[in-house]
Amino acid sequence: MKTLLYVVTALCVIGLAFWAYRENYRTQEVLSRTDKLQIEIGDARARLAVLRAEWAYLNRPDRLRELALLNFERLALQPLRPDQFGRTDEIAYPTPVQELLPITDPIDISTMRATDVEDDQ
Amino acid sequence: MIRTPLRPLARILDARNKGENPDAIERENIRIRHEQMRDASRMRAEGRLLVLGVMFIAAFVVVGARMGMLANTEPSEPRAQASGASIIAQRADIVDRKGRILATNMETHSLYAQPPHMIDPARAAAELAAIFPDLDHDRLLKDFTGKRKFLWVRKKLSPEQKQAVHDIGDPGLMFGPREMRLYPNGSLAAHVLGGASFGREGVHAAEVIGVAGVEKTFDQYLRDPSVGGAPLQLSLDLSVQAATEQVLFGGMKLMNAKGAASVLMDVHTGEIIAIASLPDFDPNDRPANPTQGNPSDSVLFNRAVQGVYELGSTFKIFATAQAIELGLVNASTMINTRGPLKWGKHKIRDFHDYGKTLSVKDVIVKSSNIGTARIAQMIGTARQKAFMEQLGMTVPTPLEMVEANGGKPLLPPNWSELSTMTISYGHGLSATPVHLAAGYAAIANGGTKVMPTLIKQVGPQNGPRILRADVAAASRAMLRAVVTEGTASFGEVAGYAVGGKTGSADKPKERGGGYYKDKVIATFASMFPAHDPKYVLIVTLDEPSTFIAGKERRTAGWTAVPVAAEMITRIAPLLGLRPEIEPGQLAGITLTSN
Repeated sequence: MKTLLYVVTALCVIGLAFWAYRENYRTQEVLSRTDKLQIEIGDARARLAVLRAEWAYLNRPDRLRELALLNFERLALQPLRPDQFGRTDEIAYPTPVQELLPITDPIDISTMRATDVEDDQ
Repeated sequence: MIRTPLRPLARILDARNKGENPDAIERENIRIRHEQMRDASRMRAEGRLLVLGVMFIAAFVVVGARMGMLANTEPSEPRAQASGASIIAQRADIVDRKGRILATNMETHSLYAQPPHMIDPARAAAELAAIFPDLDHDRLLKDFTGKRKFLWVRKKLSPEQKQAVHDIGDPGLMFGPREMRLYPNGSLAAHVLGGASFGREGVHAAEVIGVAGVEKTFDQYLRDPSVGGAPLQLSLDLSVQAATEQVLFGGMKLMNAKGAASVLMDVHTGEIIAIASLPDFDPNDRPANPTQGNPSDSVLFNRAVQGVYELGSTFKIFATAQAIELGLVNASTMINTRGPLKWGKHKIRDFHDYGKTLSVKDVIVKSSNIGTARIAQMIGTARQKAFMEQLGMTVPTPLEMVEANGGKPLLPPNWSELSTMTISYGHGLSATPVHLAAGYAAIANGGTKVMPTLIKQVGPQNGPRILRADVAAASRAMLRAVVTEGTASFGEVAGYAVGGKTGSADKPKERGGGYYKDKVIATFASMFPAHDPKYVLIVTLDEPSTFIAGKERRTAGWTAVPVAAEMITRIAPLLGLRPEIEPGQLAGITLTSN
């Protein structure tokens, strides 16, 4: 009876050691994957900041004003005037809106793969 | 354990034989037994104390060792948890009230040289001079071949320039990463944003510090990591600011003014929606502070915040409002306007002769200096001074810009009765357009004080009451009448019921000794819509002069007012104000019975 107890205990210790060993390595792996993800997130955020800055730069009022002027013949855009306010009863009854087309070929601009697109093709 | 009996028979018998007391033997034995018991329990207690002590020492050693280890390890980010922080730059963004970016950061590189590592200093100097035309070739050559071990060549590089320098291929030319401040909208709101430059510089990083405007005021906040990179949200509205600057620039050119300023302020919250000062500059490339000449002629000078001017007749409404508040007059009280009004050797004149008397309303509508001076005499010096202090006209504005402290109003050194009279029509007390905006906002919002602010607010300020609501309403009616029938008739904008007061103050000579005859500061202080004001707009033109209807015109009615009207036409729709028909004056029907 005592022998059996010893054997079972030893087996338990071996099993636990094996479990701890495996968990340790799995944790290491998850940590290194997290590190990689953190770096990717950081890169994506930095890229996003640059894109935001670029968006702000491209949408600066001076440039929009010049674009409106350049394309005046086509678009006839003018500053908002007081007489352009409408009333709700002037709006036509809404026609059923077409569903937006599904996006089949998205362009990736915010992840690390954004720059790889050309290499893939 | 062998237990010794307390009364051993042999010793008892022996003692009895000798005639001794056998009880003494028993007591002696009891004593010995008690001593043994005491020793045993002491031993046990000491052992326990020892174990406890060892335990405590072990615990303290563990805690101490852990502290030592923590103190000596390299700090590292927690790796296992998802990061919530999004700090990607050392300085937070600045955004407008709708979240549009006004200032952000870009990654770039600086260029430095280590001449001892250079292979061909002469070629490097020549090539660098070719890439950067503003660098002096001889100077570079001298630095590269001299004793210097380290020098900065450029603080910021564009990617193209970096590649070009890289292509020189000299190992002595090195790049250091840099963050630079970027103002994507160029000169828009330049004076508010101010600008940034590098503080302490190292090879691997450099501090970015604000040098003026909100960048400097909120320097600590913008660089505070505990904020987590959250942007600083200003009260400015990008599109309104752009429209304001465009109209103001056009107006300044049309009216041949050398400078212009405008302030648009929400009358309830005190938020500055747009504030412009022309000429302006590009904060991405902020010019150096002027070292000579008049600082107020520099493009860096913020006329709206730093420029203290005698704002002329725009002040008259404060005198009449106070007089009505004090119950001295009402809107239809007749005031003696026979001129000139003599006070000692001084004479106060009107632009035209307005006859013997005018009602208080007409004093404002026709802008009579004499009438206002007489009202000021009724108010008296002490009360006027107290009122100006309540309006905030005696201290710099609390605007969150470092320059705001420079806009300290110029008060008369001796606030005499003559000063009281001149201040009532805007001479003798110099204040900034922002002061004027805050004063008009107090009238516009029904009589409570408003502190101008550049930070987005969540609700009205509900400041202390300065004027009764009915006094404010009467003053607004007078200001509306100035536009409908008085000096600011060009200020009428259909649907927006503009009310306001013009002011044309002669510019004082810089070196003292009176006023220029042909240089004025033309100001139009307005609010719209006058029956329920939402915004106050101040437009100031510096030395305007235009030729209209066969005459040289300098007064605000011909210069600042049309500019302000055009501005309101442009910005009111952007602010979401729908044009509306002004509610008519209620006919003064009195119910009577016969």
